[in-house]
Amino acid sequence: MDNERIDQIIARHHGQASSLIQVLLEIQSEHHWLPQRVLARVAEKLAVPLTRIQHIATFYKAFSLVPKGRHRVNVCMGTACHVRGAARILDTLQELTGIRPGETDLDLKYSLETVNCLGCCALGPVLEIDGKTHGKMTTAETADVLKHYN
Amino acid sequence: MREIILEIDGREVKAREGMTVLEAALAAGIRIPTLCYHEKLEPFGSCRLCTVEIEIKGWKKLVAACVYPVEPGLMVRTRTEKVDRIRKMIVELYLAHAPDSFVLEELEREYGADRNRFAKEASFCIHCGLCVRYCAEVKQKHAVGFVDRGTRKEICFVPEIAARECWNCKECFPLCPTEALQAAYVLCTALSHK
Amino acid sequence: MSQINSPLELETFRARILAARDSAKTSITLCSGSACLASGSAEVAVALKHEIEALGLNERVELRRTGCHGYCERGPIIICNPEGICYFRIKPEDVPEVVSKTLRDKQIVERLLYTEPGTGEKIIHEEEIPFYKHQQRLVFGDNVKLDPKSIDDYLAVGGYAALAKALSTMSGSDVLEEIKKSSLRGRGGGGFPAGRKWEGSRDAPEPIKYVIVNADEGDPGAYMDRSLLEGNPHCILEGLALGAYAVGAREGYIYVRQEYPLAVANVLLAIEKAEAYGFLGENILGSDFSFKVIVHQGAGAFVCGESTALMTALEGRVGEPRPKYIRSNIKGLWNRPSVLNNVETWANVPLIINRGADWFRQYGTESSKGTKIFSLVGKITNTGLVEVPMGMTLRDIIFKIGGGIPGNKRFKAVQTGGPSGGCIPESLLDLEVGFDELAKVGSMMGSGGMIVMDEDTCMVDVARYFIEFLTDESCGKCVPCREGLRQMVKILTNITQGKGKEGDLELLQELSETAKEAALCALGQSAPNPFLSTLRYFRDEYEAHIAEKRCPALSCKALIAFYIDPEKCQACGSCRRKCPAEAISGGKNQIHVIDQDKCTKCGTCLEVCPSRFAAVTRISGVPVPAPLPEAERSITRKAKSDA
Repeated sequence: MDNERIDQIIARHHGQASSLIQVLLEIQSEHHWLPQRVLARVAEKLAVPLTRIQHIATFYKAFSLVPKGRHRVNVCMGTACHVRGAARILDTLQELTGIRPGETDLDLKYSLETVNCLGCCALGPVLEIDGKTHGKMTTAETADVLKHYN
Repeated sequence: MREIILEIDGREVKAREGMTVLEAALAAGIRIPTLCYHEKLEPFGSCRLCTVEIEIKGWKKLVAACVYPVEPGLMVRTRTEKVDRIRKMIVELYLAHAPDSFVLEELEREYGADRNRFAKEASFCIHCGLCVRYCAEVKQKHAVGFVDRGTRKEICFVPEIAARECWNCKECFPLCPTEALQAAYVLCTALSHK
Repeated sequence: MSQINSPLELETFRARILAARDSAKTSITLCSGSACLASGSAEVAVALKHEIEALGLNERVELRRTGCHGYCERGPIIICNPEGICYFRIKPEDVPEVVSKTLRDKQIVERLLYTEPGTGEKIIHEEEIPFYKHQQRLVFGDNVKLDPKSIDDYLAVGGYAALAKALSTMSGSDVLEEIKKSSLRGRGGGGFPAGRKWEGSRDAPEPIKYVIVNADEGDPGAYMDRSLLEGNPHCILEGLALGAYAVGAREGYIYVRQEYPLAVANVLLAIEKAEAYGFLGENILGSDFSFKVIVHQGAGAFVCGESTALMTALEGRVGEPRPKYIRSNIKGLWNRPSVLNNVETWANVPLIINRGADWFRQYGTESSKGTKIFSLVGKITNTGLVEVPMGMTLRDIIFKIGGGIPGNKRFKAVQTGGPSGGCIPESLLDLEVGFDELAKVGSMMGSGGMIVMDEDTCMVDVARYFIEFLTDESCGKCVPCREGLRQMVKILTNITQGKGKEGDLELLQELSETAKEAALCALGQSAPNPFLSTLRYFRDEYEAHIAEKRCPALSCKALIAFYIDPEKCQACGSCRRKCPAEAISGGKNQIHVIDQDKCTKCGTCLEVCPSRFAAVTRISGVPVPAPLPEAERSITRKAKSDA
């Protein structure tokens, strides 16, 4: 993402330091991760210390300081899904992809995350891949569902 | 600033509006243990060692003295069975990370803490925030900051700023209760050394 | 669209909208809330549009995509009007029949109707379906009637009348008094009297004040606020404007979690339209009250649902809570008086101003007035969002409305209040739901999550789950929470893995005391609740795990073994084929055996073993019986006469 685009986003939020999180959310949404030089540019333009931005970028789960995989695999670990066996789905996925939640595999194919409640509790356990919701998952089906995503 | 009269451990203490219980106690020479408190910095409320029991209008509760504002008629007890139990627990939780800290060893003796109560997780830094806050509030250089949250929280130097500022400063080093800070600085300079 | 500049203009405009709508006209309402979208409602919408056009019915039939209806278990849901025929679990393949038979020919498609489990009775109308019948949908009811992207729909159901009434016939203090009189208590968790909170801000000397909507709904399993914000955003805007008028604020914030993109989109659109019509902005409806609303998105931190952390996040910082010794309604956002309330609390405000506090007070109990929306989820037949008057018993909610536990399992506990709440056992099911009643039994109302658990749920694991969640979400500033909870998770995890030991429960209780008394914020202070409440009502489970290394619910992986009962196995081979660890050996007419060393306890064999055999069992606390010698594994098929 070039500096011009970053500056545009900052200008849209009137260059206010209180909009720092909103600015980073827009950048994350467009660019899918936050490179170090982007953080430095935002720090400069909004006149906030880099330590504050670093803390924000690592404190909030929405941000990633490393590139993400092509397919985002999110396992809902909300209470309703947990009670319906979400932990087993997660175990199966870890075995299938070889990565743990928060990680991306070396081919940049999958990024695995746990999320707390997608709000589709009637369909629990829920798996969300690339924004598409797969409900009423069973361990038996997990491998089949994952195969669709190359 | 109007004067406020409160009672600490049975003694009448005079304070000014806007002071915290801890400040009032310090001015009166009454000791309350602290770790993350420093008179040049905004109170942080992180270590909770300064927890005291207060009573106002018949209501009793536990609060952190470093942030609780004084009010007329307040009664403060700096040592009770429950307060001591909690301070002992806090020290034990800290000792799991930094068993050799001098500051913690003193508290360990005073409260009869068991340094082996919890399995050791030698991460040393106990997140008191003194270094981060000193650099931000007093030196205003922001060379070191926190990253992440919860149990994953750590301190982290900004290499570019640290390279410029820290060698000739190092004012935060004596503040660190566990010397984790010095270790972090050495690691940072080692990593950014070309 | 020119602005509406007075209450009279509003009523004239509203009358015009209503006159242009024909209530006898055929229309179809399709639920397009997030859960139904996940079940395929968008594809159904496409199919409907296509089919209506194909049959030349564009002029005669109106399609309205609404927000969540609440009966999420049976989505996607459509209602055919004006007859009010409800169809459930609609798939795109069902659409041609629905359009031609029902919309055009006015006939019912039986197979799509609600079917009462057990009796098989078919019910046509919403008011007669047990799930809806026992609810009191004062706040949520409008969701079915309006398209959240249409401000005219909101006006058609009486929207913004409360704001007009307040601005023209009441002072800010009058509005405040009405809310105080109603005894409305916060619906987000604390249950603090809203009127008293507002009064504190109104009386504070600082002239600049704020009103804030807490839409950071973080309790896992709770999604009421999402459905309200997605389905009826104007209702929240109106409530917020009324609050601002009452308190003397000119600026309002909506803090909504970014995990709710549809809610963010709908509320931004609603603000745009409200500004265009003049319900937000300068000199609203010709009065001298001006008010604007700004939306901020959360960035993935549960702790930001705590009010002081939320305000810190609004200031563009990390969501670390501040000590609440000086209340945030006096010193909050930017150190100014800030009224922060939950989405559902704000949604109740227009109702109260329209119908009056006395009308509102007829619902609920002495100490908890009005209704509450609960998300009824977990091991329950009718998963969904339910709105009931305070005072209804848990038993009625779970069994009359919720339809009880599926799969013939026994009810074990219901968890309320999210990670700050507690579990309520069967013996207390006749508890009348209310803020104080729930607190008395060691739980709390919280935001309204109601997670039902059955005999297969391990209560020790439930405590571990919640405290692990909170350890992950802790901001990490104070020791009792960051370090205390971390140690609690370790001990609880050990217990679930069979490594529990004598003294663990006492240590857990001590850590609980430290967190409750000395943590900086409510997250830490209430974190021990799931442990304390499960210990109070299910102590025997803890003791079984520690002393006997046994999990009574047969759930903790480390303490159970999967075993195929040789008396029941009929060698169908399903488990052997599906086992991902290839741990099952057996062949045609050979009793199948699980190799315990290879078994990963994934549970697939239990899932796939046909229920007429039910040969796969779980054993805990006792050694697994040795497998039969190979020679003895042949099955003699039972003759048909013996079966």
